[in-house]
Amino acid sequence: MAERSFKAEVEHLRKGTGDTFTGEGILAITKALLENGVGYVGGYQGAPISHLMDVLADAEDLLGELGIRFEANASEAAAAAMLAASVHYPIRGAVTFKGSVGVNVASDALANLASSGVNGGALVIVGEDYGEGSSIMQERSYAFAMKSQFWLLDPRPNLTSIVKSVGDGFALSEASNSPVMLMVRIRSCHVTGRFETRDNVPPPLSVRDALSSPMRDFKRVVLPPMSYAHEHDKIDNRWPAAEKFILENRLNERFGPEEGKVGIVCLGGIYNSVIRALQRLGLADISGNTSIPLHVLNVTYPLVKSELLEFCAGKEAVLMVEEGQPEFIEQQLGAMLYKEGRTTKLEGKGIFPRAGEYTGQIMLDGLDAFVRQYAPELLPGKVLAPNTPKPELPDLTKTVPIRPPGFCTGCPERPIFASLKMVEQEVGQHQITGDIGCHLFACLPPFEIGGSTMGYGLGPASNAAFDGGGERRAISIIGDGGFWHNGLSTSIGNMVFNKSDSVAIIVDNYYSAATGGQDIPSSRAKNKTKSTNNPITKALQGAGVKWIRQIDRTYDVTRMRETIREALTTEYDGPKVIVASSECMLNRQRREKPLRNKAIAGGERVEVPRFGVDQDVCTGDHACIRLSGCPSLSLKKLDDPLRDDPVAHIDQSCVGCGNCGEVADAAILCPSFFEAKVVHNPTGFEAWYAGLRTKIISWLQTRRAGARLTFTGEGA
Amino acid sequence: MSLSLPLDARPADPALEGIIKLAILAVGGQGGGVLTNWIESLARSQGYHCQATSVAGVAQRTGATIYYMEMAPGDVDAPVFSLAPSAGDVDIIIAAEMMEAGRAIIRGFVTPDRTTLIASSHRMLAVSEKTVPGDGMASSEEVKAAAELAAQKLVLADMDTAALKVGSVISASLFGALAGSGALPFEREAFEEAIRAGGKGVEASLRAFAAGYDLAKNGEEPKAEAVKPAHQEIVRPAGPDMAQKAWASLEAKVAALPEPVREMARAGLRKVVDFQDTDYGAEYLSRLEGLVSRDSAEKDYELSREAAKYIANAMAYDDVIRVADLKTRPQRFNRIETEMKVKDGKLLHLTDYLHPRAEEIVGLLPEKMGRKMESDPAWMKRIDRWFNRGRRIRTDSLRGFAMLYFLGGLRGWRRRTLRHRMEQEHLESWLKMVSGYLPDRYAMAVEVLKCRRLIKGYSDTHARGLSKFDKVLAGARLVESRDDGPEWVARLREAALKDEKGTDLDGALKTVESFV
Repeated sequence: MAERSFKAEVEHLRKGTGDTFTGEGILAITKALLENGVGYVGGYQGAPISHLMDVLADAEDLLGELGIRFEANASEAAAAAMLAASVHYPIRGAVTFKGSVGVNVASDALANLASSGVNGGALVIVGEDYGEGSSIMQERSYAFAMKSQFWLLDPRPNLTSIVKSVGDGFALSEASNSPVMLMVRIRSCHVTGRFETRDNVPPPLSVRDALSSPMRDFKRVVLPPMSYAHEHDKIDNRWPAAEKFILENRLNERFGPEEGKVGIVCLGGIYNSVIRALQRLGLADISGNTSIPLHVLNVTYPLVKSELLEFCAGKEAVLMVEEGQPEFIEQQLGAMLYKEGRTTKLEGKGIFPRAGEYTGQIMLDGLDAFVRQYAPELLPGKVLAPNTPKPELPDLTKTVPIRPPGFCTGCPERPIFASLKMVEQEVGQHQITGDIGCHLFACLPPFEIGGSTMGYGLGPASNAAFDGGGERRAISIIGDGGFWHNGLSTSIGNMVFNKSDSVAIIVDNYYSAATGGQDIPSSRAKNKTKSTNNPITKALQGAGVKWIRQIDRTYDVTRMRETIREALTTEYDGPKVIVASSECMLNRQRREKPLRNKAIAGGERVEVPRFGVDQDVCTGDHACIRLSGCPSLSLKKLDDPLRDDPVAHIDQSCVGCGNCGEVADAAILCPSFFEAKVVHNPTGFEAWYAGLRTKIISWLQTRRAGARLTFTGEGA
Repeated sequence: MSLSLPLDARPADPALEGIIKLAILAVGGQGGGVLTNWIESLARSQGYHCQATSVAGVAQRTGATIYYMEMAPGDVDAPVFSLAPSAGDVDIIIAAEMMEAGRAIIRGFVTPDRTTLIASSHRMLAVSEKTVPGDGMASSEEVKAAAELAAQKLVLADMDTAALKVGSVISASLFGALAGSGALPFEREAFEEAIRAGGKGVEASLRAFAAGYDLAKNGEEPKAEAVKPAHQEIVRPAGPDMAQKAWASLEAKVAALPEPVREMARAGLRKVVDFQDTDYGAEYLSRLEGLVSRDSAEKDYELSREAAKYIANAMAYDDVIRVADLKTRPQRFNRIETEMKVKDGKLLHLTDYLHPRAEEIVGLLPEKMGRKMESDPAWMKRIDRWFNRGRRIRTDSLRGFAMLYFLGGLRGWRRRTLRHRMEQEHLESWLKMVSGYLPDRYAMAVEVLKCRRLIKGYSDTHARGLSKFDKVLAGARLVESRDDGPEWVARLREAALKDEKGTDLDGALKTVESFV
């Protein structure tokens, strides 16, 4: 079960012609797929398109009714490979994953797909989270479109445009026999808005029916000599067909006056930012009517030369607004203008910074500089001479601490890294590699474990140079998501085959947790459409791993630490794999809390654990926090003139996982921690016995208090 | 040719003023998404165009997150909204935590010409603030001062507590504060309707909404000062007559101390008497008086005040007896029951996490015997085998309670223990060093006193604290005759409090060694 349920929203996907849909971009895309007769969908989760996978999974009933096949693919490569169905069959297919890393993983399949070409519309919906909120390195999928020659759509970020681009994408793909990539940015995925819906359309040929009459087109096989022919086909037929389609259907848009001495070319995805900057400069109204000609590239690849040259004709200068680097479009546009012998000055990088997101301020500054230089007469007086000086504010950059993401309260991964840190404190630092997933947060304080991440499922593989072993064995971390995505073969298979004398720790939290709690083969949940409960240890055995340790409760810090110690010191010189399993607390709480509350309300006996710190026993050294970082384990300043430093304190958000107590015990930190288990609806006997105990304890306490001085407050 | 084109500069579209731009800065898990949904459905219900977006993804795992929305009156034709806030161009900022308000100010989202800043003053400490061995908490006061300058209108109150008090969460109280701030052109009823339309936990949310609304309208009530009598001597401790009498004479001695020293001395006295008994309190005062007699009003008795604090802390060290005593007190049981809301027939199971080592056990033995065992690795190993393991003690059970009760009752035995002897020796040598600087090197004496702050924690942490203390004191000896000696000691101490491993301290010591 995914972290967020779209069950309620999925009902909106049934809307038909004449209705209006109100909601999030992700849902709009799903609705558009249904309206366009898609035959099969798939993908692999990852921000920002995780929710698209969740929506599809929650919409499986509806998809079934329409005869659409949904596959939760094992990886982006598997997803891209699924589009093979559209190579020979006239069936529309769509898959989704995140860019640019997902595109990297998928690139093998994408290259083959692009070489073959397609008969049915093939759409890759890629979430490209450039800039703020991006969890990946800043690269552009654009390069892949160029090298493999599939087409790239980057629609304006409003629901109507995004929905339209889905239909356009399928049609363009079919018209040009090429796969099409639809790029949505992180904020477009989550943007809310409205659009007019149409009826859903079942696929004219379903994948199920297609199996009854298999099709095969020899021309599309990627082997010489056909693959040589594919290159010519791309240049001679597919590309011109695409350009023709783009022009005829006006996929790119023009705004503002027909002519002008300057113009702006921007990508569809950043249209709104451009308009906002123009609005602030007094060059556009609230509805986006601009006084500077604006050419919006909803198709960013291929660029239609005739269209762009026509736009530039007669203009003294044109500004290309393109985030990221290399500035692929600007370079192409420059070449077009130069080859045509045009004198229009091309501006872009230079006025804009070469690296980094074009934030509101950067966009404003960039457009302001451009207009000031080439058409200052357009700027209203107010903008030309701003008369409000910027307010002087105290500098808070040294005060406000950074707040990177980290492990959630009660996260089962915390005790794994606490154990590892303790082992390192005993025996020294080790070579440690990380992987992709929540466990990567371990490289941040307070754990500061591992650093390199070469890719999803590649943690152990990225320690391969150290496979030969040495005085201190190398350690690698990999999650259950990464394990099934790529890790089993690329990392574990590699270790086994090369007789790796190193240690891999598989962090098994029952989900693909970082991407939103999607199920994977080793998930413990029952999933009616997917096969779960496939133990990781069995897969390891099958792959040939001999030294396997399964830990079923990561919170057992003492055992966790001993197991890591054993793996590092055992005589055995082959690969050593520890599977550390406990359920993702975020998902567990989401699952258990409502049930628990219901049980309590229903009068059932329920124990609810929470931890606490005795403030008089705590000396305020914060050693516990340096082995935890739990959000619920915080600090509190005591109203005591004798105390200099704040003491540890556990707030009501504690879920009672026990990590802090276990760590305090295993690392022998202090006796301050206690577990307070509140028993709701105790049994009659239990209540009677507890009453008796309380009486005796109170008597003892009163007896002692009578023999000594007692001050108000606890420990004075 | 393009120069002659008839393009007129036009003034900014007045309709643009109608766009309301609102950003929510929160910490992942605070319910920023819920708040966004409420505001959005509110705007739509009032016939407004509205667009919201967020940067979700991994950032929602306890990191700083941002939600952004824009709205405009419904009569505007297809407005184009931005998907991200721009510096200097935000009308309303809702910050769900104090430092997030600071972050909004840093990012330029709060400007005096337009921004209403609605912020919760409570703190969720960042990891970097919590891991510092000393006090690493960021200053809310600085953020508050900046917010007062930066915002056109400021609503600042503890919205978290306000919501928790009525059994809800901060998103609801912030929504109420947004209504109360008057920053949106909608009636209170429309806000409440949006909560009802959401359909989840409606009643609790409405209560928190009302609390937030009132805070925005009327501000926070000034914090009621904890009912604390100005003169603590009036609050007599409870206890047997003999002890009461002894306490009265100690009180009289405190009253005879110079005025600036009294408050700290009284707190210190309470602590050591609570730790042991009135005789121990008398020892404390005699140690203190020894330093007070060499102090003066000119120096405002700084040395004496620091001595009152740190001698008490040193005398009330944390041994097994102390921990067991604290863990079995009725006040502790009451505090936990209140904190965990154990009432209405609910029961409490209380498990203490203890892990004694050989050192703690040997520390309980008589000095002579303890020293012998301590120096015999075979014995230490044996004792470790017997005792050194994690113990989960059910302090609410008779057996568990009895054990801790017995240990806590060993106070009479304490003065004979090895640990007590060791603590006394350490204390004496430290105080000897302090008095050695008097009267000429007064500031050095004060700084060396303050170094006691470095000793805290248990087992390894305690040992590390001791070694830092020793290092700083060794550093102090190097600079004791320099004019800037005291400053250097302060610097060394601060460095020692900054990081766990003592890297900063070692660096600072190197610097000291380089010039002496």
